[in-house]
Amino acid sequence: MMTFFGFFTLTMVAVVAVATVVSSNLFVASMWFGIFSLLMASNFFILDAADVALTEAAVGAGVSTVLFMGALSLTADKESIRQGRRLLPIVVVAVVGLVLLIATLEQPRLGDPLAPVHQHVAPWYIEKTPEYINIPNIVTAILASFRGYDTMGEVLVIFTAGIGVLSVLSFKPKKRASISSEELGQAIRGLQHHAVLRVVGKLLIPVLLLFGLLVQFHGKYSPGGGFSAGALFAAAIMLYGILEGADRSAKAMPQKVMINLAALGCTIYTGVGVACMLLGHHFLDYNALWTDPQIAQYYGILMVEFGVGLTVTAVLIMIFNAIANRATY
Amino acid sequence: MNLLGLYNYWIYIFLLVVGLYAVFVKGNYVKRMIGLGIFQSAVFLLFISMDKVEGGTGPIFRGVPTEGQLFANPLPQVLILTAIVVGIAVTSLGLAIAIRIREEYGSVEEADTRRMDDQS
Amino acid sequence: MILGLISDAMLATGAAFVVIGAFGVIRMPDLYTRMHASSVTETLGMLLVMVGLLLTQGWSLATFKLFAIAVFLLFTAPVASYAMANAALISGVKPKLAHENDQETLP
Repeated sequence: MMTFFGFFTLTMVAVVAVATVVSSNLFVASMWFGIFSLLMASNFFILDAADVALTEAAVGAGVSTVLFMGALSLTADKESIRQGRRLLPIVVVAVVGLVLLIATLEQPRLGDPLAPVHQHVAPWYIEKTPEYINIPNIVTAILASFRGYDTMGEVLVIFTAGIGVLSVLSFKPKKRASISSEELGQAIRGLQHHAVLRVVGKLLIPVLLLFGLLVQFHGKYSPGGGFSAGALFAAAIMLYGILEGADRSAKAMPQKVMINLAALGCTIYTGVGVACMLLGHHFLDYNALWTDPQIAQYYGILMVEFGVGLTVTAVLIMIFNAIANRATY
Repeated sequence: MNLLGLYNYWIYIFLLVVGLYAVFVKGNYVKRMIGLGIFQSAVFLLFISMDKVEGGTGPIFRGVPTEGQLFANPLPQVLILTAIVVGIAVTSLGLAIAIRIREEYGSVEEADTRRMDDQS
Repeated sequence: MILGLISDAMLATGAAFVVIGAFGVIRMPDLYTRMHASSVTETLGMLLVMVGLLLTQGWSLATFKLFAIAVFLLFTAPVASYAMANAALISGVKPKLAHENDQETLP
């Protein structure tokens, strides 16, 4: 049965990807991209990766579609079909595909328990997690404790991307006559004329925030963790921004506060590492935080995931506010 | 899942090829960002399909771990979990640059920007 | 035993309604009639499938989670259809009518 589901969703993913690339109306293409992300999330779930499915559904089908729509309202909404020779790209792409295809003929088939990828490090992690860290979710244990360095680097990359968006969009357009957002705000503010959407949407915002908190702090016992929780918080604020107007959401979550919160999240992460160093152990060795090593790991993972969630939330809200509050032509 | 055999990998190659084609051929910068997003998702699919174990469950302990219980490999999932959020942050940076290009040049088509660059 | 049979029947009926909705979306001639057809899927089809799944779980945490999912889907899916139909009406998509001379009386 699962074979049939897997086969079906994989084929649908391929079909939807082709539809995304072929459609020339860019709004349609971004909606297809949202459907593509949702199908990928269900694919990940069929392949037993629950954390990844949750994050991909929240980020790809939620946040990413909103950001694309925001960017499309500021750029074009149709692409012009480019004339010209297509032979060279087709040949290059076909050669790449063919080489990869020949390479996959030597891969072990899907689900083989004797594949080399399952032999070396993974059994050690699965075996030693109850002994060293004692939390049920192995993925969170590896993410926050065993491979904590990598996650620190990823958090810093997300912070850098947020700063990059702010610095690129900090140049105000100079020459052309633009409608300021105050004038726009007085005319049409968000979706205020649509009573049904406002009522139901506002009912959902606290539920989304509560679910984000659940996913954040329950990440040790069930699929979740800081990354998915950050995306869910940001989705709630984006919903508020869409319903009430982007200037209201920029007033509710000002950019200066968001920048400071993003920096605070990174500081919490590296601060935990430095605190462990000051207490006599290595950088990011959580055993320094308490006398009992398992409880120490628990506290370390809790604080570190909180830092991750804070940074991801703040960066995504920052990017949404920057794009949505741009004066339109 | 053993009947699927290598189907996962072929779909990954197909998605990779579609994404690459979009980046090469399309002139619109936003369409290229969408193509890059498809390319990214193809790589995620490769990593996650490598970690499935037949007869295993997700890598979460439920109750007391019994002997001989198979789990899916948790390592690729860790990599992809962070990669998804990093991917969206980088995509939004690309979209911000596309917005700035629109404001400076007046269009997001590569042909128009190249023509204006050649003229000036 | 009886509960298993009832839940199987509800799951099958729910799946049948989803397929009927899908047929409607493909075969209907116009945007508004297509949204009307897809609304079958998102209310009745979803409810039957969720209740069918609920009956297999007994009284447990999973039951409450399924119930919560059904409530949230009931909240959001029809509102999303309303938003789409409203947006289509505002941007000028005209419904296809049987008599062509009725087009002028549309808002």
